[in-house]
Amino acid sequence: MRDFSYLRATSTDAARRAAALPGAMLLAGGTTLIDLAKCGVAEPETLVDITHLKGLDRIAVDERGATIGALAKMGHVADHADIKSRFPAISETLWQAASAQIRNMATIGGNLMQRTRCPYFRDPSNFSACNKREPGSGCSAIGGVTRGHAVLGTSEACIAMYPGDLATALVAFDAVVHLGERKLLVDDFFLLPATTPDREHAIEPGEMITAIEIPGSAAARRSTYLKIRDRQSYEFAAASAAVGIEVEADGRTIRDLRVALGGVATRPWRARAVEDALRGKVLEPETVRAASLLAVEGAVDHGANHYKIELAPRVVARAILKLGETA
Amino acid sequence: MTKIPVHLDINGQHHELQLEPRVTLLDALRERLGLTGTKKGCDHGQCGACTVHMDGERVLACLTLAAQAEGRAITTIEGLAREGELHPVQAAFLDQDAFQCGYCTPGQIMSAVACIREGHAGSDEEIREYMAGNLCRCGAYPHIVAAVRQAAQEFAS
Ligand SMILES: Cc1cc2nc3c(=O)[nH]c(=O)nc-3n(C[C@H](O)[C@H](O)[C@H](O)COP(=O)(O)OP(=O)(O)OC[C@H]3O[C@@H](n4cnc5c(N)ncnc54)[C@H](O)[C@@H]3O)c2cc1C
Ligand code: SF4
Ligand code: FES
Ligand code: FES
Repeated sequence: MRDFSYLRATSTDAARRAAALPGAMLLAGGTTLIDLAKCGVAEPETLVDITHLKGLDRIAVDERGATIGALAKMGHVADHADIKSRFPAISETLWQAASAQIRNMATIGGNLMQRTRCPYFRDPSNFSACNKREPGSGCSAIGGVTRGHAVLGTSEACIAMYPGDLATALVAFDAVVHLGERKLLVDDFFLLPATTPDREHAIEPGEMITAIEIPGSAAARRSTYLKIRDRQSYEFAAASAAVGIEVEADGRTIRDLRVALGGVATRPWRARAVEDALRGKVLEPETVRAASLLAVEGAVDHGANHYKIELAPRVVARAILKLGETA
Repeated sequence: MTKIPVHLDINGQHHELQLEPRVTLLDALRERLGLTGTKKGCDHGQCGACTVHMDGERVLACLTLAAQAEGRAITTIEGLAREGELHPVQAAFLDQDAFQCGYCTPGQIMSAVACIREGHAGSDEEIREYMAGNLCRCGAYPHIVAAVRQAAQEFAS
């Protein structure tokens, strides 16, 4: 790991200013950044440590919603009683992510900013071609080993999968990211790779995530996260679904449905086609399975990742039906 | 890069080091302080061998900069026993024969102490989920789960 200078921020403003300087980066839990610095992917000249800032780790929940400070730890949010009761899917995305140790280090702000696990991206000494790392250098994954790569939202420049779990639930429930004063839907925060895969988030130099806000809703209250992976724990998703549902008084007609996919797309992926197809319908296995196929409309595989196109709709259907049973 | 002064509080002892900013807590413990009980497996957050406690919570020393640990209370495997008396989790690992080569063991034990304290050792299933961050190449998992279960029961009674 190349050396860097270390600066401990004493205020949010100071952190923002220091991180805006060329070569500087914010350092939170370090579970993405220090890892990538060791891989030679991140080469910061200065790290601006924000973990000693006070007051940015608050978790506040009421009827209107939840506001979670950027420095709140994944593990603390996962175990928070009001998050568990009002936003079960959010808690589930978090406790099923990484390991207990990592969740005690990793922050919510850093979590949104985590990078892809594309093995070519992570290995610059063996694979010089990577448009995400080095714009215009090509893509080593296309034509390579693609088992973990995305099938939705890809471009000719990059097929890297967005690996995060939390953001999958955040886009399903219309969460908003706070960049100080500026507020942005999480759905608008994540960018498609298109021709600029190096640019992943709508965040500008000098900006810092200060909090995320999740509006309360009946669908968020009755929600779940289903994560299918190669091993049972401590693994990224092969395919996952964050789902929330609200039914009419009859207990079986769908009034509101939220569906987002993880593990299969280049960014957290809201499946509005599935939501639209099922809203107003009666919750029946056949109807749900048929509509869930719409989740992968437009999917493109690169050989070894073809299984995701079949897996994702099944995960969606299973998650919706599981919620239906709890009616 | 110029070295910076880093003050570390480890197992109740104060240390003052001059370190390059890139030095991880793991390397500071092992290479500078001779506390080699904390192991380096993957150095990338993927195995749990380097698990230590920071302000009472389990974290990975390989992805923590030593400089970030300033002002936090660090406990390593060397700091677990009290007055020559093994910590109950250490004793349970011996009882249950919960290791083979022993390389993952300090990380397993540090993780288990925290797992029990967090209240995440209520069933074998929960123990497996919340101990998943500690890999064991020897596959001693069934005995590790038994040791955590035993220690958790001792604490509860
Ligand atoms: C072995 C392993 C397994 C994992 N498994 C999973 C998993 O299953 N599911 C999952 O979702 N995640 C997983 N992760 C990823 C993990 O969740 C992220 O690494 C973590 O959330 C990042 O948070 P951090 O605080 O450590 O960020 P850091 O590493 O400190 O920072 C990450 C990036 O965000 C920037 N940043 C940090 N804070 C802010 C802020 N407030 N505003 C703007 N920019 C900021 C930093 O500059 C840096 O570029 C895994 C990680 C590892 C190492
Ligand atoms: S898929 Fe994207 S991140 Fe992976 S090698 Fe290609 S350009 Fe790089
Ligand atoms: S050495 Fe830290 S997790 Fe493997
Ligand atoms: S006992 Fe050998 S790695 Fe666990």
